[in-house]
Amino acid sequence: MWSSPFITQPSSVSQIMLRVLLALIPGIALYVWYFGPAILVSIVLASATALATEAAMLKLRQRPLKPFLTDNSALLTAWLLALSIPPLAPWWLVVVGTAFAIAVSKHLYGGLGNNPFNPAMIGYAVLIISFPAHMTHWLTPHALAGTELTFGEQLDYIFNSVLPKGLSLDAVTMATPLDTLKTQLHLGLSVDNIRDMPIYGRLAGKGSEMVSIGFAIGGIYLLLTRIISWHLPVAFLATLFATAGIFHLLDPAHYVTPLFHWFSGAAMLGAFFILTDPVTSPTTTKGKLYFAFGAGLLTYLIRAFGGFPDGIAFATLLMNICVPLIDAWTQPKVFGKKGGGK
Amino acid sequence: MRPLFKFHGGIHPPTHKAESTGSPIAQAALPSKLVISLHQHVGNRAVPVVQVGERVLKGQIIGRPEGRLSSAVHASTSGTVSAIDMQLVAHQSGLPDLCVTLVPDGKEEWIPHSGVDYKQVAHTDLRHMLRQAGVVGLGGAVFPSDMKSYSHKHKIRTLVLNGAECEPYITCDDMLMRERAGDILRGAEVLRELLYAEEVLIGIEDNKPEAIAAMQQAVLGDKHAHMEVIAVPTLYPGGGAKQLIRVLTGIEVAAGVRSTEMGVQCFNVATAYCVWRAITYGEPLLSRIVTVTGNVEHAQNFEVLLGTPVDELVAQAGSKPDTERHIMGGPMMGVDLPSGSVGVTKATNCIIEASSRLFPPPPPALPCIRCTRCADVCPAELQPQDLYWFAKAKDFGKAQEYHLFDCIECGACAYVCPSQIPLVQYYRFAKSEIWQREREAQAAELARERHEFRLTRIEREKQEKAERLAQKEKAALAAKTAAPAPTPEPAAVAKAATDPDDTLQMRIDAAVARAKEQAAVAQPKNTDTLTPEQQAEIAAIEARRANIREMAAHAGADDEPPKSNQG
Repeated sequence: MWSSPFITQPSSVSQIMLRVLLALIPGIALYVWYFGPAILVSIVLASATALATEAAMLKLRQRPLKPFLTDNSALLTAWLLALSIPPLAPWWLVVVGTAFAIAVSKHLYGGLGNNPFNPAMIGYAVLIISFPAHMTHWLTPHALAGTELTFGEQLDYIFNSVLPKGLSLDAVTMATPLDTLKTQLHLGLSVDNIRDMPIYGRLAGKGSEMVSIGFAIGGIYLLLTRIISWHLPVAFLATLFATAGIFHLLDPAHYVTPLFHWFSGAAMLGAFFILTDPVTSPTTTKGKLYFAFGAGLLTYLIRAFGGFPDGIAFATLLMNICVPLIDAWTQPKVFGKKGGGK
Repeated sequence: MRPLFKFHGGIHPPTHKAESTGSPIAQAALPSKLVISLHQHVGNRAVPVVQVGERVLKGQIIGRPEGRLSSAVHASTSGTVSAIDMQLVAHQSGLPDLCVTLVPDGKEEWIPHSGVDYKQVAHTDLRHMLRQAGVVGLGGAVFPSDMKSYSHKHKIRTLVLNGAECEPYITCDDMLMRERAGDILRGAEVLRELLYAEEVLIGIEDNKPEAIAAMQQAVLGDKHAHMEVIAVPTLYPGGGAKQLIRVLTGIEVAAGVRSTEMGVQCFNVATAYCVWRAITYGEPLLSRIVTVTGNVEHAQNFEVLLGTPVDELVAQAGSKPDTERHIMGGPMMGVDLPSGSVGVTKATNCIIEASSRLFPPPPPALPCIRCTRCADVCPAELQPQDLYWFAKAKDFGKAQEYHLFDCIECGACAYVCPSQIPLVQYYRFAKSEIWQREREAQAAELARERHEFRLTRIEREKQEKAERLAQKEKAALAAKTAAPAPTPEPAAVAKAATDPDDTLQMRIDAAVARAKEQAAVAQPKNTDTLTPEQQAEIAAIEARRANIREMAAHAGADDEPPKSNQG
């Protein structure tokens, strides 16, 4: 028997995911502009792997293929993971990471909507722990590169691990700005000296700061179209800024400016695209603020004092663990039960 | 400008109101028969007071109110009662209920009726008139109006008149306000008087400018000093009583709390109109305005006699052939009618003819991604995604902990859900399961009490029997010691101990004795088999005696305390 409501708003999970994918495009475009088209190979590779794994898992779990393959959620996981992996990473790295993210961290937990951890970040964590060396071969931005690989040469390296004669990998890759910062600080240099190195631009790393801005633009689009609410990105960025700001003020020689943290690594991607995964973030307004606060703080602590150059992935995963507790503790009062009446 | 308040959430579904506001309210044709449900209101079903074959007049009571919370049901026109039986009714349960079927004679012959000047009549009598006139809330809740027009326990400051009509498609209140604003306000004046309310706030959604203008003009024209017409923002479910009270007064009425406790009472505009007709003209509630819209040639509002079969009503608006179902109410909270043969009731504000073209079935539901769009729009400020989770897992305790019963089932959550999950159905399911379990728990508790009582009774009887036996033995022993019986022969003793026949005989004897005992207990006392007349006589005598005793006691108390009291 039919039951009300008889009408629904024409919105769908598929559309929401599609909009998030669209919002990633400015960042990706800038990525290609500054670092070359290798990232597109990673994205295509990850997308194909994600869809294939999703289909295989759905088949194994005896679920209908079409509604889930077209919900675009697997694609989103793939893109986010591809954007977190160095573009010159060998093809199997992308495949292993994506397949693990979809098969284990999504489907083994019950599929869409049931996974407690952000699948893309699980994929990233698995790769950086299992293959740390491969995860550090980041491309040098065009502006600094002495030699540049052509698209064909990039493909050759990704799929066959073959570089053109007389060229070593170090000639085309370099540590990320956050990595460089960490290493140089260990070597006893001050922040000012490090920031004078050619890898750094106005805000953070050359090229990578522009990519971050691209992701921020996409994020603002998501905010304006109300795909995401402001609570998570704003609270996250504010916490990161404030924490970095405090340390920077206390000791400017050892701690970089808050803006550097904003536009380095995956801060913007994390703020607008990773933390905001609805499945793995709290549902209450207050809970979202606590969650983002925790993620911001952990990100900074891992970056400044931890063993990994960037802390977004681990901060996200650690906060994912807390979500049920946060949700339970932040249940809002319902209509008419706030006391006072007015 | 009066400051307005906001309620949380809400949605803006397409209104579809223009279709049915193009022409004035039309009088629906007299149908071939009327199927009048005797349960058109909240509370006890009315008791039929007519017989099959009896001729009734228009306005004649055919169902008298039963108990405190009930309301009368009337013949909507003159004619002959052709059946009083269980029939499908316009109710979401889809279950049959007791109905009176009336075949109109076309004469529209009224019972004698006349009204009163409400200022000259005691409030109790006015409320009695409303009850006898069958006036109930016409906004959908169909609560008997006489029960709502008390203000004994709490001071009512504000009477809210609900003209918001937030559901899409429905325009019956809108058209009523446009055409009969004066009578609505006069009815509101009666209600204000009954409640001793200081002010009347008339809330109308701002997508009904004609209604707002008509009502404003009526307020000014008739000089209703305490009334104010207030345009409220168009936002579903802004016409929910609690939401409207919140918007107009800022007061939040929690679930399970009556708004009167917070000094506010709310009536629908159509109810106020009927109150006026009932008091001033003595007209019972025989018809109501029904919007017929959706998959029809010309959507329109009709004044419809209660009991008019839905089929015959929708035919007058040109129901299209591909219509698949009739929805009573709006598309957000309406119910799918079990049949087109059901009669229009006091709760029927709108009939939407539905086809799959108009309301396509939603695509299969996807898993919840916890996007919280539902929580964003929930006017009760619930966490629908959690409630869904608990309902699905049948974790009803947790669902109640998360305030399931604060859900007003407005459907805003299901409307926005990108996974197309029929959320409201999960909540209805959870609620009905919880009710069912409570009923079962109560039944189990009763059974347990009965069982325990039975056990104690058996135990007590056993004990009593043992005591009796002990006493008997004691007596026998005493007799023996007094006059020693001849000792039985040793052979006989041995035989008694060994012969199974003898023990069998003893057991049979014991059984016979038991049966006799039981028969003695079951033997009726001389007061048990009295005729009702005798019982009534006894009761009357007892009452007289009690009365006399009481009078004597009073007399004694008035003069001087009886000696016995002083010890």
